Amino acid sequence: MDVETLREIGIIANRSVRRTLRQPALIVPTIVFPLLLLAINASGLDVTKNIPNFPADSYLDFALVVTFMQGGLFAATTAGTELATDIETGFLNRLQLTPLRAPAILVGQLAGAMCVAFLASLVYLAVGLLAGAHIAAGVGGAALLVVLAMLVALAFGGLGSIIGARTGSAEAVQGMFPLLFVFFFLSSMNLPRNLIEADWFRTIASWNPISYLVEGLRSLVITGWDGTALWRCLVTAIAISVLGFLGASSSLRTRMART
Amino acid sequence: MSHDGITVNGLVREFKGGIRAVDGIELQVQPGEIYGFLGPNGAGKSTTVHVLTTLLPPTAGSATVAGFDVATQGPEVRRRIGAALQEAALDNFLTGREHFELQGGLHGLSKADRAARAVELLERVGLTDAADRKVGGYSGGMKRRLDLALALVHRPSILFLDEPTTGLDPQSRSALWGEVARLAKDDGVTVFLTTQYLEEADVLADRVGIIDHGRIVAEGSPQALKEQIGRSSVEAIPSNPDDRAAIEAVLSQFGEPAAASPKGVAVRLAGGSESLGQVVRALDGEGLQIAHLQLHAPSLDDVFLAKTGRSLEGEDEGDESRPPREEAA
Repeated sequence: MDVETLREIGIIANRSVRRTLRQPALIVPTIVFPLLLLAINASGLDVTKNIPNFPADSYLDFALVVTFMQGGLFAATTAGTELATDIETGFLNRLQLTPLRAPAILVGQLAGAMCVAFLASLVYLAVGLLAGAHIAAGVGGAALLVVLAMLVALAFGGLGSIIGARTGSAEAVQGMFPLLFVFFFLSSMNLPRNLIEADWFRTIASWNPISYLVEGLRSLVITGWDGTALWRCLVTAIAISVLGFLGASSSLRTRMART
Repeated sequence: MSHDGITVNGLVREFKGGIRAVDGIELQVQPGEIYGFLGPNGAGKSTTVHVLTTLLPPTAGSATVAGFDVATQGPEVRRRIGAALQEAALDNFLTGREHFELQGGLHGLSKADRAARAVELLERVGLTDAADRKVGGYSGGMKRRLDLALALVHRPSILFLDEPTTGLDPQSRSALWGEVARLAKDDGVTVFLTTQYLEEADVLADRVGIIDHGRIVAEGSPQALKEQIGRSSVEAIPSNPDDRAAIEAVLSQFGEPAAASPKGVAVRLAGGSESLGQVVRALDGEGLQIAHLQLHAPSLDDVFLAKTGRSLEGEDEGDESRPPREEAA
């Protein structure tokens, strides 16, 4: 990647971050909704910690990382929606009429989503700690948690961008949200895989890449430095990011028919 | 400013389903000229602009802009053109000045040059006071003016304006016309302007191409086109409706009947507008009282009517605000 492309990415990222931060309607639900779910689950399901072999001392510790995952999902929706909006309004044509390279548009747009994920992660972490959560991996683990959350946002952001670029419709991107949410619930988000009794559910959760993202993040909170969980999480996040980016690039190239 | 203009040879653009939006266009725009591309909605104006600005590849034919082929030298073309497309696509969450930062930066202008261009162009389009307000709060006219200014940020030699005054109030329209005329006259910028407004083409364009169903049906200076169509007509509305037949008899000496308002009588003047004096004297000689006498010069709408059999005014064949998505057949 040359200096010129990096400069272009910087310009688009700057715009993406600015316009994202100026839309409270994008940021507030991203922060409030996952925290609300955390509050309900942590208080209502705390008895779960009494299940034999449950890996955490409190359900709050166990469920804290779900907020990071949901934050990443919101960020993905943001990335896809913003790209689709640029197509709908014709802003993409404005960008196409400059020497801007197509990958810079995508990377720049994703920077906005990662910015939201970063801010939201800091809030989730702060609220979790204030509510009594304990990060087993310490300060370094908390920092890695934020970094991994941004990587998760990047991974989902790529998926959102594929739909945004392909359909050019913000509504279509938002329609993706419930579908991804189903994948969340079919993972080890609410219960460790070894404690899921229904075979079909446990099988799906074991094949579901979201389980490995959740378990990697969760390991930093409840276990400490678990190399296997972190490695799986990292590989899964990078794989989804690469696939998402390649898919979104291809869709954007089709969309940008300029000569 | 030294540059080549626009040359188009047999340009065709087809969309999926065999829809031929542009059907073999030939045209040439000289450097520094304002070329008006006039036609109804759906005629192929915007598609032509999208092809000439490299946003869509042509299906057949060729076109060079600023001396570069639009199909094979897109980046070279884009460096030399500015475009304000029909959507006036701006980011409602950025300020006017931030748009210059973005667009200038993407065109490779230095930070100092971007800032200076923003000040200069915002001043020129009368948006200095609104420069640091978010664009979401701008009126339609302000957005159009900002869009025009942004198209100029990198000092293009050729400017494409796709229906730049659609939806604007008369005052904003007039201000925009003034700026476009100034750009061509003072800065030597070549302007390719699409419009569905006859007056806009008439006032601004050095030459006009009239497009209908993807084909150019007439081309020339507005004056030459109108002269092709023929002579002026005169319409008289009698003070006393009973005099209508007498007035008709007098006017018939000066030319063949022409379309008139319900109360009026009109003829196309065989001797052109110069014979108006004789008409007045003849009516006076017969003692006929006239409530209203009007000379109609031929308009570009008459040209359109003559070439297509339809009137451009009130024409609405469908929305061409955006060419179909890239789905070339």
